[in-house]
Amino acid sequence: MSVPMVKAEGVRKSFGSVEVLSGIDLEVARREVFCLIGPSGSGKSTFLRCINHLEQVNAGRLYVDGELVGYRQKGEKLYELRDREVCAKRSEIGMVFQHFNLFPHKTALGNVIEAPIQVKGESKSVVIERGKKLLDRVGLGSKHDAYPRQLSGGQQQRVAIARALAMEPKLMLFDEPTSALDPELVGEVLDVMRGLAEDGMTMVVVTHEMGFAREVGDAVVFMDGGVIVESGSPREMLTNPQHERTKSFLSKVL
Amino acid sequence: MDKVSPAVGTESGQSAGSAPVVAVPVRHPGRWVSAVLIVVLIAMLVNGLVTNPNFQWAVVKQWFFSEPILKGLVVTLELTVIAMFIGVVLGVVLAVMRLSTNPIVSGASWVYIWFFRGTPVLVQLLIWFNLAALYSVVSLGIPFGPEFVTFNTNNLIAPLVAAILGLGLNEAAYMSEIIRAGILSVDQGQTEAAQALGMSRLKTMRRIVLPQAMRVVVPPTGNETISMLKTTSLASVIAVTELLYAAQIIYGRTFQTIPLLIVAVIWYLILTSILSGGQFYVERYFARGSVRTMPLTPIQKLRRRFGGAPLPPAREAPAPNLEGIR
Ligand SMILES: Nc1ncnc2c1ncn2[C@@H]1O[C@H](COP(=O)(O)OP(=O)(O)OP(=O)(O)O)[C@@H](O)[C@H]1O
Ligand SMILES: [Mg+2]
Repeated sequence: MSVPMVKAEGVRKSFGSVEVLSGIDLEVARREVFCLIGPSGSGKSTFLRCINHLEQVNAGRLYVDGELVGYRQKGEKLYELRDREVCAKRSEIGMVFQHFNLFPHKTALGNVIEAPIQVKGESKSVVIERGKKLLDRVGLGSKHDAYPRQLSGGQQQRVAIARALAMEPKLMLFDEPTSALDPELVGEVLDVMRGLAEDGMTMVVVTHEMGFAREVGDAVVFMDGGVIVESGSPREMLTNPQHERTKSFLSKVL
Repeated sequence: MDKVSPAVGTESGQSAGSAPVVAVPVRHPGRWVSAVLIVVLIAMLVNGLVTNPNFQWAVVKQWFFSEPILKGLVVTLELTVIAMFIGVVLGVVLAVMRLSTNPIVSGASWVYIWFFRGTPVLVQLLIWFNLAALYSVVSLGIPFGPEFVTFNTNNLIAPLVAAILGLGLNEAAYMSEIIRAGILSVDQGQTEAAQALGMSRLKTMRRIVLPQAMRVVVPPTGNETISMLKTTSLASVIAVTELLYAAQIIYGRTFQTIPLLIVAVIWYLILTSILSGGQFYVERYFARGSVRTMPLTPIQKLRRRFGGAPLPPAREAPAPNLEGIR
């Protein structure tokens, strides 16, 4: 048996007095594509951001690769991790955002090589080689020197995926990676993600693309109001949902 | 005046059916009338300047490249560069401090800005100059403990040092506000993306946020530099022989006040013009990545207007989108 890549036990998160996550329990196995679906404001992004400690959980325990996120446990006590330790952990988790968040002052290749050089301290020539291969892999072989503004949304998102992969992460988080794209550009990004899944990357994907979830997903979870309403295999859940809320949500997006 | 060329872009690659647009440009008679009026006024002004003997152009010419004036010019430039350097470096520190979550750190920055922006720079210069009267000795050592080195402020704060401190520290307060605005103008998503990649706060600031803030920071910094160049003339009151004081020393002796002030004015105009030109290129550099096509340099504009060789394709021009996926 192996440790799950992500494990959440009763994870709670509030902003001020508003509770956004009200006790999330789930497990993401290695090499699994885990899809999170749910209506707007249900806390999907917040949960994803807790996984790489962009948000701090208020209660419960969250583990990545068997290690507590953001804290060290000694006996009963929790100690906050230092900045440097948090950064080291984040560097092993790739994240792809809805609005790409590419660095606009750097070229496509510049975006990809930034973190391996700055964070891991790898040698520039090695990283450039790897970066070029990654850009080729996401279908941007001819765009190494283009700035983000000169790329289409789909191309930008593929650069963003390459940028995350350049850190050689053990886990990839996707927050609605295709929601900001024109319909005809969605396919090219999903193709890249499908390829990643085939290569055995562990992925947690927040998405409204039910087709992708059904085809590529190994597990799917429906969230609403900060709790998990229903979970299961994509095939069963998306075709034959058990809960009323899941049914009404799916009837709107399918 | 302005040539309208509506056919631009249609000369090449047109298919047989599409005729180029050839149209008579709109006439602007008002522009011609106002242009003639302005030319006449300028001619009158120049005539008055040249023929009025009181301006004593011969004296202007005599002193323009004289040694004391050129020395003053160098001091003006030195003061500008050093004070701006202090202003920018300290301004970045103050801006980052101001945005800190630690209330004491951000409070300290606030107090600094409050003090230096709240008092006239002339007064600050006078205070630095007369600091010797306030603290006659400055010592380096452990606070409230033994002292290692002791300086006499009369030697420490020479007029030039007082001017550099006064102008630089005052400038830092203004620069920090400009830089803070620049930092705030950078999308929060940039910081998040950098942090998600594992970059530390400092690296995120230095590699991701500050370079993007530059685009917002550079234009007002150019204005600050030009303004600083002129503000250095205040140092004349504390006996720093910069350009203005150099001129004053001469006319104090020769009583040729107006011609020597004209010498100073022309030099200031030359320097500020050069700075404005430099500002354009610096802005252009920091705009890379944020615009699809770069603004033309004046030389490129001239070439485009007067036909010359076709422009080389701009490096930033979007390339045709051909590639497929995997
Ligand atoms: N930094 C914050 N401060 C305060 N409230 C926040 C913050 N971030 C998120 N929220 C609130 O938390 C709730 C859940 O937000 P979240 O972004 O996780 O939803 P989501 O499921 O990702 O929705 P969407 O599909 O629209 O992206 C929302 O009501 C949102 O307003
Ligand atoms: Mg969201």
